[in-house]
Amino acid sequence: MSDSNNWPTWEVFTQKAQGAPHEHAGNVHAPDAELALLNARDVYSRRNEAISLWVVPTESIVASTPEDVGPFFDPANDKMYRSPNFYKTPDGIKQI
Amino acid sequence: MGMNEALFTFSVRQADSALVLAQRLCEWCGHGPVLEEDIAMSNMGLDLIGQSRGYYSYAANIEGGGRSEDDLAFHRNEREFMNRCLVEQPNGDFGHTMMRSFFYSAFSALQHRELRSSTDETISGVAQKAWKELQYHARHTGQWIVRLGDGTEESHQRIQSSLDELWSFTEELFDTDRIDEQLVSEGIICDIGLLKPEWDVMVNDVLHAAGLVVPPKGYRSKGGMHGVHTEYLGHMLSEMQYLPRAYPDARW
Repeated sequence: MSDSNNWPTWEVFTQKAQGAPHEHAGNVHAPDAELALLNARDVYSRRNEAISLWVVPTESIVASTPEDVGPFFDPANDKMYRSPNFYKTPDGIKQI
Repeated sequence: MGMNEALFTFSVRQADSALVLAQRLCEWCGHGPVLEEDIAMSNMGLDLIGQSRGYYSYAANIEGGGRSEDDLAFHRNEREFMNRCLVEQPNGDFGHTMMRSFFYSAFSALQHRELRSSTDETISGVAQKAWKELQYHARHTGQWIVRLGDGTEESHQRIQSSLDELWSFTEELFDTDRIDEQLVSEGIICDIGLLKPEWDVMVNDVLHAAGLVVPPKGYRSKGGMHGVHTEYLGHMLSEMQYLPRAYPDARW
């Protein structure tokens, strides 16, 4: 802990309201999980932006790479039948 | 002493402790050891400024003599400030600042928890918010004390010397006088003496987890609430009050 440059980073997810998803807000440096949570609170929820916080070690995130753009994300575009566009939504259902 | 006068004095004492500590914490702004802690210390400072405003504006209201909250904060001298001596102590290193804030916020959180049920609506209102904020301050600073105490040999030795130095200012937090007794009997404030055992437990839990040892009883500060301060307050106020005194009409 003697060199703050060696602190790992933690990804911060904030939930804005009950039932809402936790969304990625950014990251913080912290020497351990408890302090990561406190730092996340101070940096990303200092004005009451969140009612719940998650912190995850950045190294635990498995991410796609920019090279994946083609093979990973393109294929669905030309298959309209994969999107539920042709269903009628009953009245009174607001969120789907 | 009239009830209003007692209430005024109590409010200003409360405000002074919060403001002086806020000023100390904000001295760190731009100098924190890491960005996150820099923000955290300023956050805590801003919470305390909010608390002090609640008390100062109430005091100004009670006085009704045309002095504003700003007048109370910026146009009184050292001998007129009634904060506890703990909060005016210089920042020292980061751990020292954590230790000072931990002692104060553990105390102040307990006090404000009780003040929520004050028969005085303004005080219970201020307390409602302050209690939440101060619990967080105690948690944040307490976590750091544990880590520094249980960290490297150097961090342990440094946080232990902060404890040795600041411990003598903690007993004063619980000092009271006739003004307090009067307000306690009216149900406006709580008897903070009753909170001491709980404070001891809170503090000992953290110090124990940090592997730190409470120093033997020796010198103890007193008199802050009557305007008798250590050498540090005057210097701090001269910086804090410079602008409004040099440019009384200054506006943002």
